[in-house]
Amino acid sequence: MYPLSYRRASSVDEARRLFQEASDAAYLAGGHTLLPTMKQRLAVHDVLVDLTRIEAMRGISVSGDTLTIGGGMTHAEVSESSEVKGAISSLAAMVGSIGDAQVRHRGTIGGSIANNDPAADYPSAALALAATIKTDSREIAADDFFTALYETALEEGEIVTGVSFRIPETAGYAKFRNPASRYPMAGVFVAKHKDGSVRVGVTGAGMEGAFRWHEAEEALAGNFSGEALAGISLDPGMMMGDIHGSPEYRANLVAVMAGRALANLGSAEAII
Amino acid sequence: MVTVTMTVNGRQVSKEVEDRRLLVDFLREDLGLTGTHVGCDTSQCGACVVHLDGKAVKSCTVLAAQADGGSVKTIEGLANGADLHPLQAAFKEHHGLQCGFCTPGMIMSGVDLIERHPDGLDEKTVRVELEGNICRCTGYHNIVKAILAAAEEMRGGMRQAAE
Ligand SMILES: Cc1cc2nc3c(=O)[nH]c(=O)nc-3n(C[C@H](O)[C@H](O)[C@H](O)COP(=O)(O)OP(=O)(O)OC[C@H]3O[C@@H](n4cnc5c(N)ncnc54)[C@H](O)[C@@H]3O)c2cc1C
Ligand code: FES
Ligand code: FES
Repeated sequence: MYPLSYRRASSVDEARRLFQEASDAAYLAGGHTLLPTMKQRLAVHDVLVDLTRIEAMRGISVSGDTLTIGGGMTHAEVSESSEVKGAISSLAAMVGSIGDAQVRHRGTIGGSIANNDPAADYPSAALALAATIKTDSREIAADDFFTALYETALEEGEIVTGVSFRIPETAGYAKFRNPASRYPMAGVFVAKHKDGSVRVGVTGAGMEGAFRWHEAEEALAGNFSGEALAGISLDPGMMMGDIHGSPEYRANLVAVMAGRALANLGSAEAII
Repeated sequence: MVTVTMTVNGRQVSKEVEDRRLLVDFLREDLGLTGTHVGCDTSQCGACVVHLDGKAVKSCTVLAAQADGGSVKTIEGLANGADLHPLQAAFKEHHGLQCGFCTPGMIMSGVDLIERHPDGLDEKTVRVELEGNICRCTGYHNIVKAILAAAEEMRGGMRQAAE
């Protein structure tokens, strides 16, 4: 890791100010994406602004049909939270399947959403649960937030302070892990909302990162079960291909995971 | 440079370190606690696991400055004098190690895992929970056995203490 200055912020305003004063700063949350990248010298920053001690970015609450999670909450805190389990048990289970126990003790929802790794778990849930990303200056719908691989609608220096999820009637998640990185090669979050609408968020497989599978949403709106997916397929032209799986393989894997998610409503299944 | 102050294995330490100092290097190089190992540069192997404020973390992926004000426990802080911790004793008893490189991380993760499951553990849970610790020698079988045995023994101890 190249030399850097570490700065600790105690409020969102202070974090913004410290970020602006530096020439090439980055926010540091759980550090479980940023630090490995900096150790390998794939990223360089002169200043790291630590967000983890900002009280205003902590907390979990339920109000009406909305579950709100502070941007600084760790994966362990979210997956063990009785509010999250009570409101959206499949979300708690999905978060409990991210990485490993030690990663979950440090990694945060804000860091995961801001990073928009095409194989991260959270973006699929954010899309399926019609999430709203709250920042220090505005609110952004998940549909407008994840713009491209590792790219989001966040402006330079903007901070994710929290994420609100719409509490569905029922939802489920299933993913097939990459045997080496252990991130999903295909992860599908399906949700049936209280107004009858269905949303399907897919991660790990898309060439442009996480996406909504609109055709499956329409089919499932009439019949919220795996049978409704028979005959529907994804265009392999939209899928990633690498040594772990061809685009055709991934397109099929997404359909299989969607079926598994529908067969496991209320929970999350991680395969191998 | 930053001044970091923390409790390590019950002892208060304070040192000036580079801002980019990783917690694992702080422990190994600045404090001489070489029981915590480094086995990878991708945050995957778990050889570096210590407890930070009571939670198992990969100390290769935490800055020493982030642990400022906190409390750290390493493998060196587990035994009570000459008395091994029940999980250390179980690793010995069940041959839970061969070369021993992964062992400090395995044991720190194992203790955390046992403490997070006060109602007991089964084999499947132990295997799933060891996701973040890689062993190149044992095939995991005896590690799982040792953790299950220690979990039973520690629960017995907790029951006795409660009575
Ligand atoms: C071994 C390993 C396995 C993993 N497996 C998985 C997995 O299976 N699935 C998965 O989804 N993830 C996985 N992860 C990633 C993990 O979930 C990360 O912790 C997470 O993606 C990033 O969160 P963080 O809090 O660590 O962010 P950091 O690493 O601190 O930051 C990541 C990026 O986001 C920015 N940032 C951080 N917080 C904010 C904020 N509040 N507002 C704006 N920008 C911010 C940072 O500047 C940085 O650019 C794994 C990580 C490791 C090391
Ligand atoms: S050295 Fe920390 S995970 Fe490998
Ligand atoms: S005993 Fe050698 S790596 Fe585990």
